[in-house]
Amino acid sequence: MTTPVPGVGHLLRELAPQVLGAVARRHGDFAAAEDAVQEALIAAAERWPVDGVPANPRGWLYHVALRRITDHLRSEMARRRREDAVAGELWAEWAFVPPPDAELDAERDDTLTLLFMCCHPSLTPPSAIALTLRAVGGLTTAEIASAFFVPEATMAQRISRAKQSIKASGVPFSMPRDAERAALLGAVLHVLYLIFNEGYASSAGPALHRPDLSNEAIRLTRAIHALLPNDSEVAGLLALMLLTDARRAARTGPSGELIPLDEQDRALWDRGLIAEGVALVSAALRGGAVGPYQLQAAVAAVHDEAPRAADTDWAQILALYSVLERMSDNPMVTLNRAVAAAMVHGPAAGLEMLATLDEDARVAGHHRLDAVRAHLYEMAGDDERALAHYRAAAERTASAPERDYLVQKAARLAARRGVGA
Amino acid sequence: MKYMLMMHAPAGTGDYQISDWTPEDFKAHMDFMHRFNKELTTAGEWVDGQGLTPPGQAKLVRAGRNGAPVTDGPFAEAKEFLAGYWIVEVDRPERAYELAAKASAAPGPGGAPLNMPIEVRQVMSAPPTVEA
Repeated sequence: MTTPVPGVGHLLRELAPQVLGAVARRHGDFAAAEDAVQEALIAAAERWPVDGVPANPRGWLYHVALRRITDHLRSEMARRRREDAVAGELWAEWAFVPPPDAELDAERDDTLTLLFMCCHPSLTPPSAIALTLRAVGGLTTAEIASAFFVPEATMAQRISRAKQSIKASGVPFSMPRDAERAALLGAVLHVLYLIFNEGYASSAGPALHRPDLSNEAIRLTRAIHALLPNDSEVAGLLALMLLTDARRAARTGPSGELIPLDEQDRALWDRGLIAEGVALVSAALRGGAVGPYQLQAAVAAVHDEAPRAADTDWAQILALYSVLERMSDNPMVTLNRAVAAAMVHGPAAGLEMLATLDEDARVAGHHRLDAVRAHLYEMAGDDERALAHYRAAAERTASAPERDYLVQKAARLAARRGVGA
Repeated sequence: MKYMLMMHAPAGTGDYQISDWTPEDFKAHMDFMHRFNKELTTAGEWVDGQGLTPPGQAKLVRAGRNGAPVTDGPFAEAKEFLAGYWIVEVDRPERAYELAAKASAAPGPGGAPLNMPIEVRQVMSAPPTVEA
């Protein structure tokens, strides 16, 4: 019995981790289960829009995936039989497929277990991102390849290598012990943050037929937040994504050019997302242990709540960055704190803070250090130094829209000063 | 991060020094390139790669009156020319340098490494995330 329902793609992405979790738990071999579920998803994407969505879509996917594994095992057995004439009992176990309900019951843990596996610290970030989008996000290899502008074969290899690494590392498909969970959850949140960034960063580029990675990251983070509602950093990350995504319509101009925060048309900001993000981060900060995602979300909330750029509560932002700086040894935080300090105490205070970064190999020579310096010298009225730093930043950035923005800033200053190239 | 690796080949008596090689040396060179390309794909690093026709056919083009193309060249005096390129996606610049060094050591006459200069340039990307 089937009913025609629109939005098959959305349904499949919701079901993907539940079905994969059940198949992986039953079969034990995560890599084989992941391939089989991907085949089942592709079959469903072809069949359901034509035949209608089955009454029990999860059960349908589960059965088809198990059938694929059985088929693969059968052909493997046939090959072995030819080779050594010893017939195993292996496939017989798979000939009987039980009703899936019991298998599918443990879905709550499955999505988390999958995320812990796909974002395992033994994987490089690009591998973890690709595997998470496919195994947990339910995207096809072709969709992921198109999101990252690489050929499908390249992405297929990246995913296959990620699964080999998991296999080689011997991580079992089971919920990690409590002691490990905090560290592994940190890795999961980092991967989701990177996926969000990737989507947010490339939203200015050619977006035809590309899955929206920011929305995908938000969807997955919402799913973890639903599973772990009391984890304040999960809530903080979700809030940070919503409060940042709220400005999406205002942050680029008609040709994809960057529009800085203080020049954005705030009427274009999404009030609904801002309200949701503010509520989330406020509750998180009241509730649990304060962490870096909550603090970054709190900064985003302060910006989002200012009716005009001039109304921004920079003193509060400065305080938040000071806490964040003590918490995480990250020179990028110091850069942001220097901007906030300049807004509160004047550009000299910010520039003084930046001087400490010249000794830091992680950021010395980084275009962002030049860009912030340029900005602060411009605030201080030192156009000559500002111009030099805008130009240095423009030469160092690998981002085309950011380069364009910095070149434009330099050109305006040069025109004002009447100095040429 | 994506990088373009630009392979500059030495010019020979003709355009292609390679056409003076023995068939065995030529085959070893081409086999090396096929293997290299395959390794890039298997590693999940391949984005694009193309060989270019020799500079004997190359033209410099500028817009003339009414935008009509005005061509110049070919120019025979260059000691090296762009013979082809790869675009790879890697997670750190050092990996791009490693790949370039590998391509640079493609075998030439007698199987000796050519040590071709490979120019490595990062491909510009979309904007990084604007901080909160």
